[in-house]
Amino acid sequence: MKILICPLNGPRNISEFTYGGEYHPLADPQKSNDRAWADYVFFHDNHAGIVIEWWCHTASSYWFLAERDTRTDNVVRTFPASELATSDGRS
Amino acid sequence: MQRNRLDKGGRIDRSRPLNFQFNGRKLQGFAGDTLASALLANGISVVGRSFKLHRPRGIIGFGAEEPNAIMQIGKGDMTLPNLRATQVELYEGMIASSTKGWPSVNFDVSAINDVFSRVFSAGFYYKTFMRPKGLWHFYEKLIRRSAGFGKAPTAADPDSYEHRNAHCDVLVAGAGPAGLMAAMAAASSGARVVIADEQNELGGSLLCGDYQIDGKPANKWVEQTAAALGGMDNVTVLPRSTVFGYYDHNFLAVVERCTDHLSEAQRTGVRQRVWRVRAKEVVLAQGAFERPLVFCNNDRPGVMMASAVSAYLHRYAVSPGRRAVLFTNNDSAYQTAIDLARSGTTVVAIVDSRPHAAASELAASAGIPVLAGHVVVDVSGRRRVTGVRVGKWSGDTADTVDGTISIRCDLVAMSGGWSPAVHLHSHAGGRNEWNDELHCFVPGASTQANRSAGSGNGVWSLSGCLREGLAAGDEAASRCGLKPAGLDVPQAEDPVPMSIEPLWRVPAEKDPDRCSKQFIDFQNDTSVADVRLAVREGYRNVEHVKRYTALGFGTDQGKLGNINGMAVLAECLGKSIPEVGTTTFRPAYTPVTFGAIAGENVGDLFEPVRTTAIHEWHEAAGAPFEVVGQWHRPWYFPRDGEDLHAAVARECLATRNSLGIMDASTLGKIDVRGPDAVEFLERIYTHNIAKMKVGRCAYGVMLGEDGMLMDDGVMARLGEQHFYLTTTTGGAANVLSWLELWLQTEWPELDVYLTSLTDHFSTIAVVGPNSRHLLQKVGCNIDLKKESFPFMSVKDAELGGVPVQLFRVSFSGELAFEVNIDSNHALQMWEMLMYAGGEFDITPYGTETMHVLRAEKGFVIIGQDTDGSVTPQDAGMHWLLSKDKDFLGRRSLSRPDCVRDNRKQLVGLLSGDGKTVLPEGAQLVIDPNAEKPVPMCGHVSSSYFSACLGHPIALALLEGGRSKKGETLHAALVDGSTVEVQIVSAIFYDPKSERQNV
Repeated sequence: MKILICPLNGPRNISEFTYGGEYHPLADPQKSNDRAWADYVFFHDNHAGIVIEWWCHTASSYWFLAERDTRTDNVVRTFPASELATSDGRS
Repeated sequence: MQRNRLDKGGRIDRSRPLNFQFNGRKLQGFAGDTLASALLANGISVVGRSFKLHRPRGIIGFGAEEPNAIMQIGKGDMTLPNLRATQVELYEGMIASSTKGWPSVNFDVSAINDVFSRVFSAGFYYKTFMRPKGLWHFYEKLIRRSAGFGKAPTAADPDSYEHRNAHCDVLVAGAGPAGLMAAMAAASSGARVVIADEQNELGGSLLCGDYQIDGKPANKWVEQTAAALGGMDNVTVLPRSTVFGYYDHNFLAVVERCTDHLSEAQRTGVRQRVWRVRAKEVVLAQGAFERPLVFCNNDRPGVMMASAVSAYLHRYAVSPGRRAVLFTNNDSAYQTAIDLARSGTTVVAIVDSRPHAAASELAASAGIPVLAGHVVVDVSGRRRVTGVRVGKWSGDTADTVDGTISIRCDLVAMSGGWSPAVHLHSHAGGRNEWNDELHCFVPGASTQANRSAGSGNGVWSLSGCLREGLAAGDEAASRCGLKPAGLDVPQAEDPVPMSIEPLWRVPAEKDPDRCSKQFIDFQNDTSVADVRLAVREGYRNVEHVKRYTALGFGTDQGKLGNINGMAVLAECLGKSIPEVGTTTFRPAYTPVTFGAIAGENVGDLFEPVRTTAIHEWHEAAGAPFEVVGQWHRPWYFPRDGEDLHAAVARECLATRNSLGIMDASTLGKIDVRGPDAVEFLERIYTHNIAKMKVGRCAYGVMLGEDGMLMDDGVMARLGEQHFYLTTTTGGAANVLSWLELWLQTEWPELDVYLTSLTDHFSTIAVVGPNSRHLLQKVGCNIDLKKESFPFMSVKDAELGGVPVQLFRVSFSGELAFEVNIDSNHALQMWEMLMYAGGEFDITPYGTETMHVLRAEKGFVIIGQDTDGSVTPQDAGMHWLLSKDKDFLGRRSLSRPDCVRDNRKQLVGLLSGDGKTVLPEGAQLVIDPNAEKPVPMCGHVSSSYFSACLGHPIALALLEGGRSKKGETLHAALVDGSTVEVQIVSAIFYDPKSERQNV
């Protein structure tokens, strides 16, 4: 049983969490052509290495991000979504 | 008559004889015996038959490594298959039987396989049973019967099992000298310690030899240490407990066998318990396994591990033979020789493959002859060793050896050196390193917070084990932030030094490729010849060779044979052992029962069950239940022995003609509030939210980003900034999570709060032309007429004096109301409505009638009529899509694939014969006589008999369906026949929807 560190609730058993898939920045539906939009919706990188993923602490419905190495299944760090919004220049 | 029992000694209680049965024979042992030691005491040589060749096999080891003595213990529903007799504590009345051998272990008809053993080589099954094609089903039954192990009980398990979570600073796996010392050191620092050992008493190897610690017998030290640990509040001692798995983040699983050692009459409470332990630090002190030597007929009953012989002598006062030959490539077996001689057993010779052995002086002083530079070439005797042939060896494996010396004996004690039990270290992710001096794999660097100590770390001396255990315990405590207590290492002497020269297989007398009786893996009958054959046939990777030869499979997972097998493979490949590497170690270390794994999660506790506040009424009414998500929903309410169809027909007609009532409480309910609630819901739902007036309801759907229907339900505007959403029963949790995802991650600027109300409110649907009359009859404080309370509106009201939220919505097409009420009052409300509804023949109905009524109206069920590939347009919901705003999934709806004409679209189907209820899932074809495979153009998603219409109806998803109304297709049935179907509108009943709007 892995332990995942929830940015809101601290370290918890991984059975308390739900995996939410790979993070990828929201595409702009107005500006995306069909090809680009299909890429955004249907295709994921499936990268071997460190990827950013959505996770939800099920008991508190809290969504956050994790950096996980898909080669070792090692979670490098977890952080709140607001951190990404800031770095994206979004409010 | 326990003819092999010594007169004195052992850790058995001679005042407590225990009666037991083995293969129908009545025998006696003593309290403290294992089944294996009791069988040996009674002189039972043959305890099983081998897997493939059905050779007679005897007990070879004394613990988890035992490959041969695999037993069925107990009878009936309490029986356990495939237990190692060496790990089964004897109890009064035990009934044990061999899991192999038919009709009996002493006469097994399949032993003829042994005569043809050259035919039964590696890959035998793959090579032989491939042809003729199709006959595998026939072969399989025979193979399963001849090759299987024990029998699983057929009755339900009457015992209880449990899981327990535990946290500790230091978990110590193994309570031998290193483990005990580590636990003492850690516990003395104040650490919370769990120490687990698979045996019934602590002490490990110290129970199996004449050791001295601090000038006293080691048993005294074990007693003192065990008592000290038992007396500390910060220590949990778990005997009979196997640490069977080491998982991520120092999470370990321990199975404690609580009552298996008691007679069946004495057992009370939990039979086995799985401890789920999260440890800050771990000390691995599970010891080492002695390796067999690989020589011809080394599997004969009476050939045993030297360490096992010592264990039976010391711990159980059993001498497994009268005349013993020792065969070794290292010094540790000399101790066994001395042990045997002291017990009065004749030690004919020690056959040592090494030309010079320092330990031979020890033997000389005990008067035991040593044949240095010799090897045992062959063993005679079938059901019991009668002798060995020994030859002089040059030291080169490539040479052949002549077995010119014959020695009569009935016991061969062998030692091929030792291998640390690196299993848990490996489970944790650690690699193993080959040690060229010790000739074994030792644990490499740890990848989690653990360290190995003692013989599990390649330390063979007692003094070394104690010293390393102490250091490991101190280190673990320090890592937990505690100060080590500074205990002294107890003084211990090591009478026999340890040196070893490798001998992975005894050289052949003629051709090693013909040595089919030089067994490496006893349980799977894998021999040197098998491994060599695999290499000749092109196998190079150790994992492939394992699977081809079965080396290391089975209940023992190769605890004895693996390293020898890898060494033989390395020799064939011309590689070193570390280059060949080991196969992967996986949990469980020893087999764990399904009962223990399941724990309490069986029967009623298998899965959480959700019931509505009205559930007990449904039960009393005799309704069968349908499981939806975790909810138990009433399916139908049979009267007077009605079956499903009769009940549903009656419920449908009663509802459409007068009045039905349904418990709709399982719908998901989400309260949405906040200044940005409108904006938020505009982005989620496809219809216009801002235009909704307070007090109005709307049917809404939400889409995934791919544009496909995800969930649907009625949503209502309760205030300017306050909405109430309903979701499907099964989708409630996912929808809430989905809404939270968008709110929290992409739209954090929106000020909106979501609350699940699913369990707080119950919903009673009152349906049918008389529904308004019913509500008026029980007394409603608001005007229910169409003008003041129109279709698709919501109002707070009082019904019979009870506050409710009243919705005028309909999932049946009839005039209907949904009564939303505090769950605490739901049953009372239901009963009040039922009582008052008597004059309207009020008819409770369940999920089946609900499905029929909605299908008659062409209303889809998300997840039944949709499958994640259906857009709103496909389902005929164009009218729901706002053109004035963006919403999740909208962009995808204009993708070329989503605007194709021939997408599968929702249509209605009528059976051509007017009576066949099509099976749901039936495929639709244009021409049933077309060349196979017949192209399929759609499938039936919902299908019922409509009592109101008097004929069957079905909904289907059909390619280009909307433009094909009036055409005829064929539905394929399971039996291969087809039924003609006509494509019609999906709305079968009241197409203008007048009935709900009155």
